[in-house]
Amino acid sequence: MENAIIIVVGADKPGIVAGIATKLAENNANIIDISQTVVRGIFAMIMVVDISKCKVSLSELRKQLQEKGKELGVEVHTYHEEVFRYIERV
Amino acid sequence: MRYSADEVIEVFRMLNEEDLDIRSVTLSINTLYAISDDIDKTLKKLGSLDKTLEEFSSAVDEVSGKYGIKVVTKRVAVSPIQFFLEVLDEKDGVEIAKFLDKLAENNRIDYISGYSAFADRGFTRGALKVITTLSQALNSTIRLTGMINAASTTSGMNIEAIKLFVDKIFEMPPSSSSRTTIMANVPPDSPFVPSAHHGLGMPEATINIAVSGPGVIEGAIKRSRPKTLQELHDVIKRAAFKVSRLGELIGKSVAEKMGINFTTVDLSLAPSPNVGDSVAEIIESMGIEKMGGHGSLAALAILMDAVKKGGAMATSAIGGLSSAFIPVSEDAIMVERALEGYVDFYTLIALSSVCNSGIDMVGVSKSQGKDKVIGLISDVLALAISLNKILGARIIPVDARPGTYIDLGGLLGKIVVMRLKDVDVTRFASYTGFIPSTIKRLELG
Repeated sequence: MENAIIIVVGADKPGIVAGIATKLAENNANIIDISQTVVRGIFAMIMVVDISKCKVSLSELRKQLQEKGKELGVEVHTYHEEVFRYIERV
Repeated sequence: MRYSADEVIEVFRMLNEEDLDIRSVTLSINTLYAISDDIDKTLKKLGSLDKTLEEFSSAVDEVSGKYGIKVVTKRVAVSPIQFFLEVLDEKDGVEIAKFLDKLAENNRIDYISGYSAFADRGFTRGALKVITTLSQALNSTIRLTGMINAASTTSGMNIEAIKLFVDKIFEMPPSSSSRTTIMANVPPDSPFVPSAHHGLGMPEATINIAVSGPGVIEGAIKRSRPKTLQELHDVIKRAAFKVSRLGELIGKSVAEKMGINFTTVDLSLAPSPNVGDSVAEIIESMGIEKMGGHGSLAALAILMDAVKKGGAMATSAIGGLSSAFIPVSEDAIMVERALEGYVDFYTLIALSSVCNSGIDMVGVSKSQGKDKVIGLISDVLALAISLNKILGARIIPVDARPGTYIDLGGLLGKIVVMRLKDVDVTRFASYTGFIPSTIKRLELG
């Protein structure tokens, strides 16, 4: 399994989760976990996504999600899980 | 593996708000195979680098894309050109310079480093030719960098090399002199331009990493509000650990992709002219109102030690120039403090005793003469010899008055012209020869 972590930040409104999830499904990326939190008063959604069977490269997926985010009025940041593992775990 | 929301947000904040990025990925590569007394043969052999550079450039782009981490510059370090010029003519040095510059440009490499020579005690033919062609080589290129190692704890200091070097930088515009430095105790493996080169004792090729994370350290200090100096030290150490880990991840990935050795992460903090990416700002966040104020040296010493301790746990691949760099023009707050008069040459020399700043990216007025600049450089190199550490002086001579600045733009920032003391040092600067190696040499065996 190869995971990506997706962070969606912005003002809350209906359709954000659906929009991002649809884009992931189109690319065959499987959502493993979703949690929501509030960062400095702003809505933030964190998703862990399995990208091992993803149709496109992570940089392409990142681009597509960013574009989707623009439509939805939120910022979407996509990272490889290894970045978190390296920084947060010894 | 699960991550808490706090952990995810912490990494997110480091990368997005605090400008954590990879300052440079450097491919250091042996080019001594290309030495020949026929310049055409040399250039033809160096031409084989083209493929490797392309491969390197793509590997960095791929890794940067995969992880979503910004890599600010891609650099290549070659074997010192001194070795080539032992058997070639002076003018061939300039040919090699142009050739390397073109190679870099063709392969999207930001800097190619190695127009360098070692002349700690005296000159070989090659070293002398590198110095005498320094201004020609740099003035006819854009991406080439080089250094002169003019002093070392083991050999002493070559004042003749300093004088020649000063002559040469006075012949350069800032866009060239910002690409060369004069140093003491240069390490064999560093990703920092202008002093990077493929050193003796290294494998055929290596990958070196320099991380930049002043914003992360500053953010950690501001958020945690430490009460004791131990707490302050600990906060920096933890943040430095995380910064260095990112460097290790990127370095290892690029090296793996290319099937070569990953050599070092420089445990370092390097600023950029962006707001929130300043080393001086860290010192100010530690409670010194203006960088340069009394206490700055102690604050920098705490920072340095904590950065090195945190980084040492993050990676076993330690090397290069591990330190906090404060190239004045490249650090937005340093520029301001220099213009306000809180940071002058003596502040920089004092700071160099606890980190590897040296005098880096500072302007001098050509009208103040060469002798004072020779004196200034010899001060920095003498400090390096005494403390047995790496220091350098990257000085930009300009036709402007002290107290003013010249904006170079981009990563290079604003060159502040600092006042050299109005004291005549002509007689000291007129000595020839070298300063003998100090008593420290005997301790080393």
